[in-house]
Amino acid sequence: MLPELGTFLRFQAQRHLQAALRRPSDIVGPLIFFLMVITLFPIGLGPDPKILASLAPGILWVVALLSSLVVSGRLFQSDYEDGTLEQLALSPHPLAISAMVEVFCHWLLSGVLLALASPVFAALLNMPSQAIPVLMGSLVLGTLCLSLIGAVAASLTVALRRGGVLLSLLSIPLTVPVLIFGTAAVREAALGYDPYSWLALLGALAAAGCVLAPLAIAAGLRISLEA
Amino acid sequence: MWSIVHKMGSPPWFYRFANGAIAWLLPIVLLALIVGCIWGLLIAPPDYRQGNSYRIIFIHVPAAVVALAGYYVMATAGLMSLVWKIKMADTAMRALAPVGAALTFVALVTGSIWGKPTWGAWWVWDARITSMLILLFLYLGVMALAEAFDNKVAAAKACAVLSLVGTVNIPIIYKSVDWWYSLHQPASIKFTGESAIDASMLYPLLLMIVAFYGLFALTVLLRMRAELLITYRQSAWLRSELS
Amino acid sequence: MYFQTWAAVWQMDGHGPYVWGAYSLTLLVIIALVAIPLVRARNLTQEIRNDERRRAVAAEASGENHASKT
Repeated sequence: MLPELGTFLRFQAQRHLQAALRRPSDIVGPLIFFLMVITLFPIGLGPDPKILASLAPGILWVVALLSSLVVSGRLFQSDYEDGTLEQLALSPHPLAISAMVEVFCHWLLSGVLLALASPVFAALLNMPSQAIPVLMGSLVLGTLCLSLIGAVAASLTVALRRGGVLLSLLSIPLTVPVLIFGTAAVREAALGYDPYSWLALLGALAAAGCVLAPLAIAAGLRISLEA
Repeated sequence: MWSIVHKMGSPPWFYRFANGAIAWLLPIVLLALIVGCIWGLLIAPPDYRQGNSYRIIFIHVPAAVVALAGYYVMATAGLMSLVWKIKMADTAMRALAPVGAALTFVALVTGSIWGKPTWGAWWVWDARITSMLILLFLYLGVMALAEAFDNKVAAAKACAVLSLVGTVNIPIIYKSVDWWYSLHQPASIKFTGESAIDASMLYPLLLMIVAFYGLFALTVLLRMRAELLITYRQSAWLRSELS
Repeated sequence: MYFQTWAAVWQMDGHGPYVWGAYSLTLLVIIALVAIPLVRARNLTQEIRNDERRRAVAAEASGENHASKT
């Protein structure tokens, strides 16, 4: 059973990554979205660099959260539509694990990319450069949590016709702790203090999420398949 | 105990039970609310610092407490629906969500009204108020999810999963908002200043909390009974029950 | 009782609008929560009873017709 699972998972991961890379606009699009929304803030709040610097951690994190929501809408969608999801549910391999492979691949191409691109956006908002490593680290951990939460909501709404808005409604309350810990970490670092307790909390959320979310995701997917 | 749970899963049994329970709950809850309000509004003395505006506590705190507890009741009903496949649990969840949302709304609005004379602002991003607002969002999410599904059975299961996910998150959300607020706190504004509340204020508060729990049970039973009447209007047991 | 006059109860030392506003809103919500399903149930039971009565009358009538025909 074990070797079979390994090959199966590798095959699934390959499938998802190849499908995603076939449409580069799906990967670059959210980053452009992120850039555009960031640009709105100096326009709306005024260009004073000191104000922007003080608000930068919060702005970056809120926009990252919104990007993550937009992107989660696509999770499980194509597999549901072409019947692959049903096959995965019927296969001997646990649906939870198959789903998690998709979530991880999705996270690699959305959240991690966002974290890597974040220094550019931080510079736009005049955030102190000493906070940038913490920004990237918090975004890596945080977007993992956000992807997991989005996946839970997506698993419940994939069968619905207008599931997009509902997905955001369901996800946002659950993402508040991630937002709080992420912003706190970046802000502490920007002020020169120690952000590690906040990063540890983010890590704990991510770890707990990796353990608990698959259960909810599998349950949600089965319910959606039944609907 | 399990025999009671199994009996409750049967619609005819539950219908009879609801009728009986409502008959005595209704007058008791109304009486408790009236006595509690009179006690809190007229008999209890005013607060040393806040004057008479503190009297809002007698509706704000009970509403908040029951709203939070109600979410856990809803999640428990969800668990019973998912794990033991008890159909009445689905009915219970559908009845619980709007009631919980309404009570959360009451808690938020009364809290806001209380805040105006106390802190001078209609809204203060205090840890407890913010957590209560997020609780409202969680309730609204369950209600929206229930409506979105055409298939009622799937809708109930989805809401069960969602409310269980929410239950796990509520302590996390509360703690994180608490830490966030303590980071930003300008001056020390304590939400309930006195750690030891005076007996003359404590007793009416306790009565109102009990009254609100009773109100919660009453409203949920009323809604469940109404839903049973709609779902089973053609069935023989209901028709013989009523004629 | 703390207050001396009914006017004082209304005023609540200047906090009247807040206290009474909050309490009346809560009262409205409570009334809505209790009354709506209560009235609904009453209407439904009435409807079902009327329906049953109509069916019983119709069954009797067709029963008599059968009897007269045979």
